[in-house]
Amino acid sequence: MFFNSLLTNFAALEVGQHLYWQIGNIRIHGQVFLTSWILLGALLVFISLGTKKMENDPKGLQNLLEFLWDYIRDLARTQIGEKVYRDWMPFIGTLFLFVFVSNWGGALIPWRLIKLPSGELGAPTADINTTIALALLVSLSYFYAGLSNKGWRYFEYYVHPTPIMLPFKILEDFTKPLSLSFRLFGNILADELVVGVLVFLVPLILPIPVMFLGLFTSAIQALIFATLAAYYIGEAVEEHH
Amino acid sequence: MLAFNFFGATEGGLFDINATLPLMAIQVVALTYILNSLFFKPVGNVVEKREKFVSNNIIEAKNKLSEVKKLEADLLSQLQSARTEAQRIVSEAEDESDKLYKEALELANNEANASKEKARLEIESQTSAARDQLSKQADDLSELIVNRLILEK
Repeated sequence: MFFNSLLTNFAALEVGQHLYWQIGNIRIHGQVFLTSWILLGALLVFISLGTKKMENDPKGLQNLLEFLWDYIRDLARTQIGEKVYRDWMPFIGTLFLFVFVSNWGGALIPWRLIKLPSGELGAPTADINTTIALALLVSLSYFYAGLSNKGWRYFEYYVHPTPIMLPFKILEDFTKPLSLSFRLFGNILADELVVGVLVFLVPLILPIPVMFLGLFTSAIQALIFATLAAYYIGEAVEEHH
Repeated sequence: MLAFNFFGATEGGLFDINATLPLMAIQVVALTYILNSLFFKPVGNVVEKREKFVSNNIIEAKNKLSEVKKLEADLLSQLQSARTEAQRIVSEAEDESDKLYKEALELANNEANASKEKARLEIESQTSAARDQLSKQADDLSELIVNRLILEK
């Protein structure tokens, strides 16, 4: 199999290896949680520092946090709509921050310097479990948003212009989380792999532009994920006339 | 747990889906609540308070501006009415003085005419008196001449 030879050739990359933690009789990917705790800890420290002394004339970190808040509000408001965007702004913002911090943290911090018994540290979003978890949360959210805002009338959405749309709309409920999770997972993993392969082949200079490209796609993926999540919620709460 | 074997690995692989998934979902939900209380609420409060402050100030300034405009219009109309009033008073006074002038002129004319007439009458009477006296003196003189001539004869 082609993949097998690829794996043996680039064994240094350790693709698909995990650091397993056994809790009771369940097994989890330890490296994902390790990196996510470090990154989220850094994010929370950053936010705590910025919101410690809130003033009416913002200074320093508060400026940055207010810019971020405003950015997330605009994103949520344009996609979800004026009426309910307030309820969903924390969720959309958390998705954006989590994906962004995970992507950039995975790309910027030289995790490979830390040796693990198995697997390696990297972006938490390069693990399919994380992206599926996020995508399923988005699915649950838009169902909840639709049902809590419109009750059973939410299902009118499935037959909205004509009942012919019904099978496609049902199919969409499956393709939405699938595309959300695989887009993020694929992009981040591919970026890590490309950088890994280039570093392995040409350790000097050449990987740097690809790393910058990786930072760019990482930021874009975070924006895409948050925007799509907000769009799906907005679609669910939208009133048809 | 679902586990796809990829890349020939007996355990793990890229698509190894296990309890990481629900635990990560719980972690993200918890993060949502933490970020909501640490970040979204406090920053939102500050930003929205400021936005309210700014928009209130703008509304207040607009109200003040409209008030100023109203006052300005009021003053302008007052000024206008004062101006027309002043014009009216001036023209009234002008008419009045004109009338007075005309009256005074007429009075003076009448007076002058009257005194002229009086003077003329006086002159006339004096003239006739003088003429009478003159003719009387002439009569006397002629009588005197006649008498002397008669007496000499």
